[in-house]
Amino acid sequence: MSFFDRLRADRPSARTAKERLQLVLIHDRADLPPARLEALKDELITLLSRYVEIDTRAVKVSLTSERDQQRLVADVPLAPARARRREAL
Amino acid sequence: MPATTITITSGKGGVGKTTATANIAAALASAGQRVVCIDADIGLRNLDVVMGLENRIVYDLVDVVEGRCRLKQAMIKDKRLPELHLIPAAQTRDKTAVSPQDMIRLVEELRQECDYILVDSPAGIERGFRNAVAPADLVIIVTNPEVSAVRDADRIIGLVEAEEKAPPKLVINRVKADMVKRGDMLATQDILEVLAIELIGVVPEDEAVIVASNRGLPTALDQRSRAGREFRNIARRIRGENVPFEPLEGRDGFLGRLSRLVRPGGPS
Repeated sequence: MSFFDRLRADRPSARTAKERLQLVLIHDRADLPPARLEALKDELITLLSRYVEIDTRAVKVSLTSERDQQRLVADVPLAPARARRREAL
Repeated sequence: MPATTITITSGKGGVGKTTATANIAAALASAGQRVVCIDADIGLRNLDVVMGLENRIVYDLVDVVEGRCRLKQAMIKDKRLPELHLIPAAQTRDKTAVSPQDMIRLVEELRQECDYILVDSPAGIERGFRNAVAPADLVIIVTNPEVSAVRDADRIIGLVEAEEKAPPKLVINRVKADMVKRGDMLATQDILEVLAIELIGVVPEDEAVIVASNRGLPTALDQRSRAGREFRNIARRIRGENVPFEPLEGRDGFLGRLSRLVRPGGPS
């Protein structure tokens, strides 16, 4: 058991329970399990790449939840501008 | 005034739906209300044994629905509380023997005869659940302070909303105060924050509940039982009374024990 594992095991388990619940409920409520969200991200990358050059490895797609509002958040950084210009030349 | 119909459900099995139904019903009836319980768990009936009425069953819910007896004939009168009745589930049939429309019709017929109709729902989200929820004016969701039970409660909240019912209310059952205090059990506030639902009861874990079900007696009539007292509080909240939620420490701590010693009957 590493130092960090032990640290994790020492924290109150109720806090872990609450965090796990919040995460699982976000996916339950949207009816979008993590694996499907991953598939959505891959398709999104393919689609967006047809229009702009994006930094595919840095793309983040996640679900958030505030009260009644569920939100799908996609953070899509574009590829560094210099690299794009060079390719255009 | 026609009766209020309350359905007790949970999604997950084993969280205490039947116990809650029997005890809230007994608490309401001991306060002078006319109460009819309906066991909607067809094929797995249990409300009869928890209420101690298993030896009196002649007709059941499916007999009523299929017209083999009149509604009154299937209503079993409680041993102690003359205003408390049970319509038992059929044991040898399955949930498809009854439809949501059947339940609505049956409850409509009962509404003029009593003050409260309590429907004990089966676990799950299929036909039996839909039967139980169809006639409800109020849905009470029972959960335990565990990840699996709270997750299922969230699913049920969504389904009740989809049925366009009034917002359901929550009973957190089998809370262990000492575990909550040391951070090893989800606290009431944690669960309410996650589910965003109104609370109607926090029932402490209490061995008296098992003793009572061994005997087929409701805990709610036991003045010394902490769980019994909370079930009586839930009944009062259902009737519109503003009963404050007691802090768990007060019930379990030194002062709580002391107050029970000083007042041997237990606080009521």
